[in-house]
Amino acid sequence: MIDTLLRHLDSVLLLVFGVSALGCAALMLVARQPMRVAMALIATMALLGAIYGLLGVHFIAAFQVLIYVGAVMVFMVFTIMLLEVREDSAPRYSKLLLPGLAGFVLLLGALGISVWHALPAAGAPAAGAATPGFGISTFAASFVGEYWLHFELTTVLLLAAVVAALAVIRISRRAGDRQHHG
Amino acid sequence: MDKTQLLLGLALALFALGLLGVIVRRNVLVMLMCMELMLNGVNLSLVTFSQQAGTTAGAVLVFLIFVVATVEIALAIPIVLLLVRDKRTLDLGAYSDLKG
Repeated sequence: MIDTLLRHLDSVLLLVFGVSALGCAALMLVARQPMRVAMALIATMALLGAIYGLLGVHFIAAFQVLIYVGAVMVFMVFTIMLLEVREDSAPRYSKLLLPGLAGFVLLLGALGISVWHALPAAGAPAAGAATPGFGISTFAASFVGEYWLHFELTTVLLLAAVVAALAVIRISRRAGDRQHHG
Repeated sequence: MDKTQLLLGLALALFALGLLGVIVRRNVLVMLMCMELMLNGVNLSLVTFSQQAGTTAGAVLVFLIFVVATVEIALAIPIVLLLVRDKRTLDLGAYSDLKG
């Protein structure tokens, strides 16, 4: 029993992490306080990082934790603490709850069936089973070799983001002046 | 069920849950977080495909999505802060005057 478990430890861990990630994601939809939603999202992202580690793409796992959990979610938690808007009486769900649920079931069914049929059946040798995973050196070489243009285009996106942030600050300052005078 | 099917099923379930959250929740910050969940689902599917095919293209795209997600949050949060300063609420119903 233990022996079999140890032999399939990878798959068991993958299943455990996957189910926990799904559970945390579902918790995001039912939690009322934004802070609890943020905590559930952080747990989901950390579990996804663990799944990336199990898959052998350790650098993506590291960046998942560093960028998503470390930067994006800390920023989000900071904002939630800063805003401190108490809305216990506000309704949690919009009036699109039932159509949304119906669409969710339909989307899940349609995508699930198409994924099921498009992939080789269980037991059959998968096309990628023989190809080993790639390390960070392969990734880095192709990142700055083959995909350098996309990498450079990202800098243009970042520049546009800086300009947009400046515009938002200017609007914010103007709104603050108006409040001050009014 | 093999590993790829499991991972792809998880990815599309995360994406669908995120989409459902964006549609049904009313809190602006919660909607933003559900969008992040959708991006995470897409990332997982890209990593799965990239591992299955043994090419780096999917992993490169994941890194570009990291940048896009960070930029999205860095711009969305100040906009939400501005809106909340104006309306004193995070509820989406109060912002209906933003309709064109």
